Amino acid sequence: MIKKGYYGHWGGAFIPEILFETFKELNVYFEEAKNDPSFWEEYLQLMSSYSCRPTPLTYAGNVSKHFGGAHIYIKREDLNHTGAHKANNVMGQGLLVKRMGKKRVIAETGAGQHGVATATMAAKFGFDCTIYMGEEDVQRQRPNVFWMEKMGATVVPVTDGSKTLKDAINEAFRDWVTNMDSTHYVLGTVCGPHPFPEMVAWFQSIIGIEAREQILKAFTKLPTRVYACVGGGSNAMGIFQGFLQDEQVGLVGVEAGGKGLSSGEHASRLAGSDASPGVAQGYKTMFLQDSDGQMLDTHSVAAGLDYIGVSPILSDLWEKGRVRFTAATDIEVMEALDLTMKKEGIIPALESAHGFVQAFKEAPDLGTEEAIVINMSGRGDKDIFTIANAYGDPSWKKFIIERAEQYKNDKE
Amino acid sequence: MTTLEETLREALTRKKILLMTHLVLGYPSFEVNREVIRQMVKNGVDMIEMQIPFSEPVADGPMILKANQESISRGVKLEQCLEFAAEITAEFHIPFIFMTYYNILYKYGIEAFIDRAYDINIQGFIIPDLPPEEGKEYVELAKSRNMAPIQIFAPTSTKERMQLLAQNGAGFIYCVARRGVTGKKTDFDQDFNEYIARCRSATNLPLAVGFGIRSKKDVDFLSGRADIAVIGTETIRLVDEKGAEAVGPFIASLR
Repeated sequence: MIKKGYYGHWGGAFIPEILFETFKELNVYFEEAKNDPSFWEEYLQLMSSYSCRPTPLTYAGNVSKHFGGAHIYIKREDLNHTGAHKANNVMGQGLLVKRMGKKRVIAETGAGQHGVATATMAAKFGFDCTIYMGEEDVQRQRPNVFWMEKMGATVVPVTDGSKTLKDAINEAFRDWVTNMDSTHYVLGTVCGPHPFPEMVAWFQSIIGIEAREQILKAFTKLPTRVYACVGGGSNAMGIFQGFLQDEQVGLVGVEAGGKGLSSGEHASRLAGSDASPGVAQGYKTMFLQDSDGQMLDTHSVAAGLDYIGVSPILSDLWEKGRVRFTAATDIEVMEALDLTMKKEGIIPALESAHGFVQAFKEAPDLGTEEAIVINMSGRGDKDIFTIANAYGDPSWKKFIIERAEQYKNDKE
Repeated sequence: MTTLEETLREALTRKKILLMTHLVLGYPSFEVNREVIRQMVKNGVDMIEMQIPFSEPVADGPMILKANQESISRGVKLEQCLEFAAEITAEFHIPFIFMTYYNILYKYGIEAFIDRAYDINIQGFIIPDLPPEEGKEYVELAKSRNMAPIQIFAPTSTKERMQLLAQNGAGFIYCVARRGVTGKKTDFDQDFNEYIARCRSATNLPLAVGFGIRSKKDVDFLSGRADIAVIGTETIRLVDEKGAEAVGPFIASLR
């Protein structure tokens, strides 16, 4: 018999005893919501009025022509409220929190998108909100910190460990074991202990449901392949679920190749060979860890992909050969981003641009009678500091220096 | 009955309450660990919990978290921890247990880890992120070697849940005194009395109480209520602030 919360031999719920009852309650509410059609209706209603669902599927005609192969379609999760697919999960969990009667939400965030989405949801539903964010990510994604605070959330920079996403998750758990009666932990991705992978995948499945309908309408047949970047894996699971049953559709997850798979500075769990099975942060999956089982430092230009583990559901689909995994390096990401902006006037987030890299590599080898879909998980304007820095953009630098001078003078 | 439980029960015939202390292996160094253990044993500690550092210690508060991270960043390896533990159990004749997170066992191989711990005379394990539902293999392997897979009760645990945990446990039960992580102060109040009564009604195993025990007053309060008082974060703080030699007088002052 397969135990609940397991996908193959991945997943589980490795939780401290203090949270046992909290998880029991969460499971009950989640199962109830899942089996209540009015819950999903309320969710759709909310996402179509407060966010922009269904998000469009954009035909990228210019890049399609540029590569001369498959027709490239882009699923526009960037057009969600708060600019990323994260809103799908957060608003869903928000409705669940309302049902549970809790008054406070906490969340971890890497790129800051999940934090912003959670702060937004908390503002709308009237919850207190605390966001844990690695200190390094606070530096990388300062504009998101600004918006979270403006929406009334408390942002706590996490200075432990590698000061990135995994450390923010640990800190959120430490808050939760203290305040579980009043507080729900809005985990941002398809990782962590059961029921989180299943729950987040369920809310994100809306992407795939829409995308499948849309591509059939726009192209009259299924795509040959679907591409998505993979950090924890929530946007990928979201779109993949729409095509899992269509065996002819290839599913491609693109991980952060950082400075290259052999550099030791990347966040590729399934595409590379540095990861091994492990149990941390409440679940079993492929982790980037050393031979003692200590987690390694990861690297990516994209804060949202900079993570040691990957969804147990994706580890299972990888093991079964249903999802193929590749990696995109920081440099390739900047090139794909550049091309997409110039040719389509679309700015993918650095995270999303990883999916574009692999799609662009493979599109020329496919026929013009074929289509591929890229999940654009979020918009890139949040990354303006990182992107401008990576390009070494002189006029931007000048602007920042001038603005800093101005602030300095204001102070005096 | 495990060897550990026998030893504890024997000690309880002579003392009203036992003391279990804690340290993080390799923090601040194995040399200091050795001196701290010497001081603890000399001053009447009944059992010592040696924590093998892990990079993601989610159940631990800032003090022990920092100790875990510094130990690892100073290059401490699991093998060194195991070799050090073997030296210690050969030198000091009180029960020693390992506290760590599940990934350390999982990565080493659960059976191999338990066998290794058995060989170096470790009496039991505390694995805070391994509930019995996920730890069947571990519980069975440890029990088959007469070692204790020590289970944890929390104030949020129902009596039914405690009974299930106790069935899976051995040696003693680690009762977490309050919500939250290690290292914060605990208020011992009426709720706590009810909690301990619930723990007692669910198991015959000795009860250890940990999280926030800092002073003689705390130990006195637990005396008659619990069997073992657990001193965790406080000795790490003491070593950080005043050095290893401060541990002896502190332990002596507790009882």
